[in-house]
Amino acid sequence: MSPAPLLSLVIFVPWAGALLLASLPRMGARAGRVLALAFSLSTIVLGLVALGSFDCAFTGYQFIERHAWISSLNVHYHLGLDGLSLLLVLLTGLLAPASLLASWRTERDPRLFGLLFLLLQGAALGVFLALDFFHWFVFWELSLIPAYFLIKLWGGPKAAPAAFQFVIYTIGGSAFLLLGFVAIFAATGTLDFVQLAALGADGTLVARLATLGGFWPQAVFLGVLLGLAVKVPLFPFHTWLPPAYAEAPTGVSMFMTGVMSKMGVYGFLRLLWPLFPGPLHAAAVPLVWLALGGVVLGAYAAMRQTDLKRMIAYSSVNHVSYCLLALFAVSAATGRSGLTSEAAAAALSGALLQIFNHGLSACALFYCIGVLEARAGGRRGLGDFGGVQSAAPIFAGLCAIAMFSSLGLPGLNGFVGEFLIFRGVWGLLPWAAVAACLGLFATAFFLITFWQRVFHGPRAGAAAGGFADVSGPDIAVLAPLVALMFTLGVLPQLLTRLFNPLITVWANHLPLP
Amino acid sequence: MSLLPWTIYLSLAGAVLALAAGRRSPAAARWAALGTAAGAWVLALAGAARFVPGAGLQTLADAAWIPGLGVRYHLAADGISLTLLVLTGLAATAGVLFSWNVSERAGEFFALFLTLVAGVYGVFLSADALLFFVFYEVAIVPKYFLIANWGSTNREYGAMKLALYSFAGSSMVLAGLLWVYAAGGGHGFGFAELAQAAASLSRHQQIVIFAFVFFGFATLAGIFPLHTWAPTGHVAAPTAASMLLAGVVMKLGAYGCLRVALPLSPVGFAYWHATIGWLAVVGIVYAGLVALMQEDLKFVIGYSSVSHMGFVLLGIAAATPQAVSGAVLQMFSHGVIAGLLFAVVGRMVYDRTHTRRLADLRAMPLYRLLPFAAAVFVIAGVASMGLPGFSGFPAELSILIGAWRTVPAWAAVAALGVVVAAAFTLRAIALGFFGRQEAPASPGAAGAHAQAIHLEPITLAEKAGALLLVGATVLVGLKPDLLLDWINPALQSPLLQAAMKAVAP
Amino acid sequence: MNPSYQDLFLALLPETLLLAGALLALGLDLTVFRRRSAGQRLRLALAVAALAVVAAGLAACLGARGPVFGGVLVLDRFAVATRVAVLVLTLLALGVAWGASVPGQPAEYVAVVLFAATGLILMAAAQQLLLAFLSLELASLSLYVLAGFDRKRPESAEAALKYFLFGAMAAAFLLFGFSLVYGVTGSIELPRIAEEISLRGPDPLLMVAIVMVLVAFGFKVAAAPFHLWAPDVYQGAPATSAALIASASKLAGFTLFGRLLWTGFRGAAGPAGSLAGGAGWIPVLAVMALASLLLGNFAALAQSNLRRLLAYSAIAHAGALLLGVISMGQSGPAPLFYYASTYGLATVGAFGVIAAAERGGRCQDIADLAGLHRRSPLLAACLTVYVLSLAGIPPLAGFVGKLAVFSAALHLGGIACPAGLLAILAIALSAVALYYYLIVLKQALVAAPAAGAGRIAVAPVTALALLAAAGLIVWFGVDPQQLLGLL
Repeated sequence: MSPAPLLSLVIFVPWAGALLLASLPRMGARAGRVLALAFSLSTIVLGLVALGSFDCAFTGYQFIERHAWISSLNVHYHLGLDGLSLLLVLLTGLLAPASLLASWRTERDPRLFGLLFLLLQGAALGVFLALDFFHWFVFWELSLIPAYFLIKLWGGPKAAPAAFQFVIYTIGGSAFLLLGFVAIFAATGTLDFVQLAALGADGTLVARLATLGGFWPQAVFLGVLLGLAVKVPLFPFHTWLPPAYAEAPTGVSMFMTGVMSKMGVYGFLRLLWPLFPGPLHAAAVPLVWLALGGVVLGAYAAMRQTDLKRMIAYSSVNHVSYCLLALFAVSAATGRSGLTSEAAAAALSGALLQIFNHGLSACALFYCIGVLEARAGGRRGLGDFGGVQSAAPIFAGLCAIAMFSSLGLPGLNGFVGEFLIFRGVWGLLPWAAVAACLGLFATAFFLITFWQRVFHGPRAGAAAGGFADVSGPDIAVLAPLVALMFTLGVLPQLLTRLFNPLITVWANHLPLP
Repeated sequence: MSLLPWTIYLSLAGAVLALAAGRRSPAAARWAALGTAAGAWVLALAGAARFVPGAGLQTLADAAWIPGLGVRYHLAADGISLTLLVLTGLAATAGVLFSWNVSERAGEFFALFLTLVAGVYGVFLSADALLFFVFYEVAIVPKYFLIANWGSTNREYGAMKLALYSFAGSSMVLAGLLWVYAAGGGHGFGFAELAQAAASLSRHQQIVIFAFVFFGFATLAGIFPLHTWAPTGHVAAPTAASMLLAGVVMKLGAYGCLRVALPLSPVGFAYWHATIGWLAVVGIVYAGLVALMQEDLKFVIGYSSVSHMGFVLLGIAAATPQAVSGAVLQMFSHGVIAGLLFAVVGRMVYDRTHTRRLADLRAMPLYRLLPFAAAVFVIAGVASMGLPGFSGFPAELSILIGAWRTVPAWAAVAALGVVVAAAFTLRAIALGFFGRQEAPASPGAAGAHAQAIHLEPITLAEKAGALLLVGATVLVGLKPDLLLDWINPALQSPLLQAAMKAVAP
Repeated sequence: MNPSYQDLFLALLPETLLLAGALLALGLDLTVFRRRSAGQRLRLALAVAALAVVAAGLAACLGARGPVFGGVLVLDRFAVATRVAVLVLTLLALGVAWGASVPGQPAEYVAVVLFAATGLILMAAAQQLLLAFLSLELASLSLYVLAGFDRKRPESAEAALKYFLFGAMAAAFLLFGFSLVYGVTGSIELPRIAEEISLRGPDPLLMVAIVMVLVAFGFKVAAAPFHLWAPDVYQGAPATSAALIASASKLAGFTLFGRLLWTGFRGAAGPAGSLAGGAGWIPVLAVMALASLLLGNFAALAQSNLRRLLAYSAIAHAGALLLGVISMGQSGPAPLFYYASTYGLATVGAFGVIAAAERGGRCQDIADLAGLHRRSPLLAACLTVYVLSLAGIPPLAGFVGKLAVFSAALHLGGIACPAGLLAILAIALSAVALYYYLIVLKQALVAAPAAGAGRIAVAPVTALALLAAAGLIVWFGVDPQQLLGLL
């Protein structure tokens, strides 16, 4: 009996849900919300099924589906799962229902909201599972359209220009990404990631591109880089992010920071590094500087925000830049003294952990801010609150845990990832690690400030009147996230076992000096 | 396969039938027209189903017409023709569905429409260059009257400009063809014979002749800077005419370039292809930028058509098999998408709101009043952006690959065009359909305002037309092989191979 | 072989029948029909005339062939085809006259029409200078009279006078030219003249003579720069007369002069296939063609009067037809004949529509056609066919005519020769022409009728004539071989 197409199901079940919602325009609000949530939960269910039969020791792709599709462009419908993708599928499976629950009280057209959200979810999953550029790009671009409408139609007062900027920026980057792959296809005749990775590893790809002459080979690399950099975002291509995250409705901000930014990082790991190891190495040091810029400047910018959402938005730039810092440091150190496979392995596993952990913590933080905003009637400034802790202690407690996880307090999940990244980068590029510490300090500063101004002290601002404590949906969202934060803080092996063999392979393939 | 010439005859018969039926009632004319258009489409599909892809044109009919002038009534088809025949049938049927509300002089409207369709079918089936030209010209006069009689903004000016530009372009073609025929000894107007005749001329003469013929056809395809008739004319035209004009008739020009001009003189093509490619990419970006500045929604779409045709011309100029097959696929894809866009703007929106100005539409907003129209426009818009999943993406991807191989800079500029397309499309969607979101100053006023605008619901005919077109773009987007399996073998024909090899060996 | 008067009579049977018809019409009108109303007299005269024309046509088709009376006439295929075509055009003009406004003296009018037709068909067959002149004058004089027949309008008299003055001057040139030719070659028969020229070689005096002949030619067919009479005559003459002048006279004129030039003066033709220098009448024709094409098309753009527009378009078409004459040497008369005859059909039809529309009100300006599709769908449909044929839109006959002529012109030497270049220019100018033709059609088919403009009733016979003309145009367009294959 041929195995069920698990991965296709993962992607298309949410889309089936979207289609169902679209075809029943008379559905009631409650039924619409419930249906959307049900389909959204399918991902974690299927993800756990995959986890159950996942062989951690096998470093290739599992659950492969490959069918011929467009013969004249040598395109195949190719899906596959390895440790990295599984990590991201599980993350999406967790954060998507949480994001939907965050918008449980949306009055306006919840059916349409759920429909668009399911489309977005399916597209994100597709990005993580596709192994051929054609449909990978389909999913990559398709995610933009539901995101655009979600921001524009349910967002804040300046949502329209923020959404527009977000889409155009990303499409601008994607156009160069597309161009890069056009060139790659022209040079190699294939768009399959597995084949291209093999060509990249033995240098054939770069050699073939070099036949173009002139500056075109570098342009191809830069094109792919640009397309991915805009999505993460890498400093200085991040300017679309703060307005978009701030204006988006809470659930959408959660999903964007938790999952969509990881699409970019995934792209770096799956595409840019395997295909262009040489050019990446050549460009690594400037890229390290850019990553550092994101780390440090992101954190400092967060410090100066009074709008809580923008603060966490900048903080996202900071946290995601750590992942990139690790990757670029590994690439920069390739072939130089200082590169040991332990340092590289540490950096890389730290980056992967950080992907998951930042997803959890940022998502939770946005949720908490959403709660604050809802209780305060739309205000979310730093000075609009005071002494929430005494008014809503449980809520404050949960929020505190999320904050400390983001900060990287030992015992919580955030620490492990950041620690490994620092340890790895220190071993590879010591000066970069030192510079990144500045970001740590700034992060600590603004998070503590957040705590102090909003939760601590006498009740003031919105908390002066009644401030309800956590309700049902709040618990449903925050409790699992917080529980995971604790669990993974103490038992990070639960995650690392998924991708350690993969990291070992990656680290071992690096040319040591 | 031999059913295919009947698409022409059926359409002409339908034109006469519609004219007669129009004397009784507009409804009779409509049904006659629908039956004819759908029937011709079915014939095209049936012929396509039996088609065995091969390298050359497969003859359907061949008889002497004007022996004294060497003109034969020679009809033939290959994979490229078939793709476009199917497109024509689809666009014609959808066009009739979207014209269901035409009641003034309906018989004449549908008669002119079906004559235009017959001319288009004839062009795609012609294998004799002069017969090609005859059908091409047959299409010009109905265009003028459709726009001048039933059109909207500036219709008389738009109609005249469109007709004169088309005619001027076709005059250039005629001059070139006659010159080759006469100078080469004049045995006939078949494509191979003309190529032979041209080959006997001097290089300088071939270059001039190629310029005449190619740019004559390219005028109808909307090449920069000879494109200005297109936005004016298409905006002025009534909905069904816009759908057909932007969707199919512009493709006549590109098809002429591919079928007549390229095989005629590979030498000339090799000389001119760089210019053509640069004009194409400039057109893509320029038209896109102009579209970004428009205040009238239909003008946005008019200019977007010019931008998309730029891709087709780029594919032809790049001349690799990938690029040319992408160009043909883009012809199909844009035909469907342009049809959708004009249908929504013209029929669903303008016929109800009587305005196309973005400033007015913004205040409505339409996604609440006409959710079906908004959804269809979003789908058409993202397809027009070249979003993967719809038919535009595989086409543009193939063209970019081909362009990259020939002149990488073309691909880079064209990619820029993609971004500009995203910008103006998104602007049109946002302003046109998803206007104000903020709460009104006083709830009562907004409620009254929203209620004061009562728009008729979307009719069944419109829904059917929209679903046909959306289905086509999604189907081809997900499985472009359906068409590529026809197109790619056709590119192996010796004439096209000679032209392509002259540029990209 | 001795020329036989019996042969001559048989050959000239068509002419005889026409004259008999004219006299019969006059006679009957004078005696039997005297008391009838003007309209009835007109119709009766027309009936007689129609019978005569049909009989003449049959006689022409079935009659003699070959040279007649020692070469004075020649009834080759070209001549016979032209004769039949002229008679068809005359018949159509008569049909148009049925429904037009009644002239002051109906029978006389019809008689003069038949006289004109006689002259025209004789022109088609003439192969001798004297006969050529005679037939030309017969036709021209009759046409002058026809132009001035509407005594209620001063424009008609002015038209006739201008036509006469110009025509007389042209006739003078022609006669002078002919005498010079006789002086130089010693013969008035075209084949002999041709032999003499080829023996003698080019001769300055001969060139002068030929140029004078060309002046008359230009006048007759309204080619620039001898076109000045055309706009005024087309505007002033009664519609039916204008129909005849514009169509049949042009066809016959081209036939006559084509034959004169190619059968007679072939040796002095000059280079056809190259732009290189060389004396001859072909370069002169080329210049005339250039002038006509440019002037005709661009002047027509500025016209607001429908008839003047048709006049200038006639000048433009004359330019194209001159190309047909230039290429006649190599490609034969088929392209020229096809173009001229189908042009004639379209013009007869166009003026027929004007004549019919005049019954319902004024029809001088283009704006007077407004809303024709409502006032008379028949007239609008027929007008569409005629105008589109003039514009050269397939699948109508005008297109094939242009195609044939331009093809033949390019055959001479590609664009390295003047005819080829002119063909390209003519193709380019056809875009200009489309503009003013579409303006006319726009008024007829798009614009709304003027206030107070009512329906136009069209007499059945006129309707039949118009439909026949339109039908022929469509038929010859779709199946041109019928006509092209005749020659």
